[in-house]
Amino acid sequence: MRKIVPDAQAALDGLLFDGMTIMAGGFGLCGIPENSILALRDSGVKDITAISNNAGVDDFGLGLLLQTRQIKKMVSSYVGENKEFERQYLAGELELEFNPQGTLAERIRAGGAGIPAFFTATGAGTLVAEGKETRVFAEREYVLETGLTADLALVKAWKADEAGNLVYRETARNFNPMMATAGRRCVVEVEEIVPTGSLDPDGIHTPGIYVDRLFVGAFEKRIEQRTVRPRQAAPIPAATGAEV
Amino acid sequence: MPRTRDQLAERAAQELQDGFYVNLGIGIPTLVANYIPDGMEVTLQSENGMLGMGPFPFEGEEDPDLINAGKQTITALPKTSYFSSADSFAMIRGGHIDLSILGAMEVAENGDIANWMIPGKMVKGMGGAMDLVAGVKRVVVVMDHANKAGQSKVLKRCTLPLTGQRVVTRIITDLCVFDVLPNGEGLSLLELAPGVTADEVAARTEAQWRPAPELKAA
Repeated sequence: MRKIVPDAQAALDGLLFDGMTIMAGGFGLCGIPENSILALRDSGVKDITAISNNAGVDDFGLGLLLQTRQIKKMVSSYVGENKEFERQYLAGELELEFNPQGTLAERIRAGGAGIPAFFTATGAGTLVAEGKETRVFAEREYVLETGLTADLALVKAWKADEAGNLVYRETARNFNPMMATAGRRCVVEVEEIVPTGSLDPDGIHTPGIYVDRLFVGAFEKRIEQRTVRPRQAAPIPAATGAEV
Repeated sequence: MPRTRDQLAERAAQELQDGFYVNLGIGIPTLVANYIPDGMEVTLQSENGMLGMGPFPFEGEEDPDLINAGKQTITALPKTSYFSSADSFAMIRGGHIDLSILGAMEVAENGDIANWMIPGKMVKGMGGAMDLVAGVKRVVVVMDHANKAGQSKVLKRCTLPLTGQRVVTRIITDLCVFDVLPNGEGLSLLELAPGVTADEVAARTEAQWRPAPELKAA
């Protein structure tokens, strides 16, 4: 019960400062901490380093904090959906660090697990490896990547119990579980808080130890690429992914 | 006659095998899912955290929590599982995915691939492409043989920033199919598209290649 607060503003109270590093969960607009992002915008906190797979779109998600120039630097794997991002970056107004998506996920996992660095073959021989230590294992080159932590992690889950145990839904899980472990403070917004004991302990995705503050948010859940198939179609169209 | 996009996807689908776990990239590779042979069980992975991807939803049944790596709304199957991005890329990096079919801007005769960045022009990011080419057991590129300016995309050396070094095993273009030979031996011309001649491939390919002993016209 001690973790539950009324809203995003209360959840972020006392946790924000200029120049801080913030992780925000989500893939595209799926599973993003919508409520905390709005509260962050309203707080006026600035010079944020934001660690997030994507940068939202111009008028939703982290794109809102780009519009208000509250973000100084982004650490992401793909920002193709945000025109304002590209404009600010090409104009030299925004710092950018691209990480391969799997490297980003593992850096956050490692950071939360107390692992300072790890070797990965991803990016060997590319721009990503420049300036980094490399080492050969079994005749293959690997790049040393460091673990990532943040001052604050903003997480979106589906359900929580009063102890802060979390369950995510479908592909809205994405980066949220690792980020929950890698923030010195972790603020979680959910669609529903259920009584402690009503979630299956075997089905908990994030144990409550990682959660500092918890609230029920209101979610727009905007869809980025609405793609459907006709009801009558005989062949089933492809519904497959991109390296995004 | 060069292959169309759909014919390219159909040819790429011949790379699939029963029981394969497969990750398909954006563009033409996405269309490969339309040509999975009847009776063949292929499980599609989406790197945002899903194994067992179903078709697009019917109108009105879109679920904002259920998207693919292209951020399109999709559906689940009875065999679907969901997991975190860290688990998803452990699956990829750990060599558990059998096949990745990707598009490319350039491929070199040593298997280098460039498909994420044009300096000064395109700053979208690599997404999961670097992890896929580094971790998946077999990487097949499907692309047009030439770029919009008519220049060969099959090169001696890539000119754009690399996505991965020596990772591509097969190149399927609208003109032909090349295998990347091991130990830097260059490309081997495996197949010609219907109506395309080896001379035509020679005229339109910058990379070094030689015909495979089993070279055939499709």
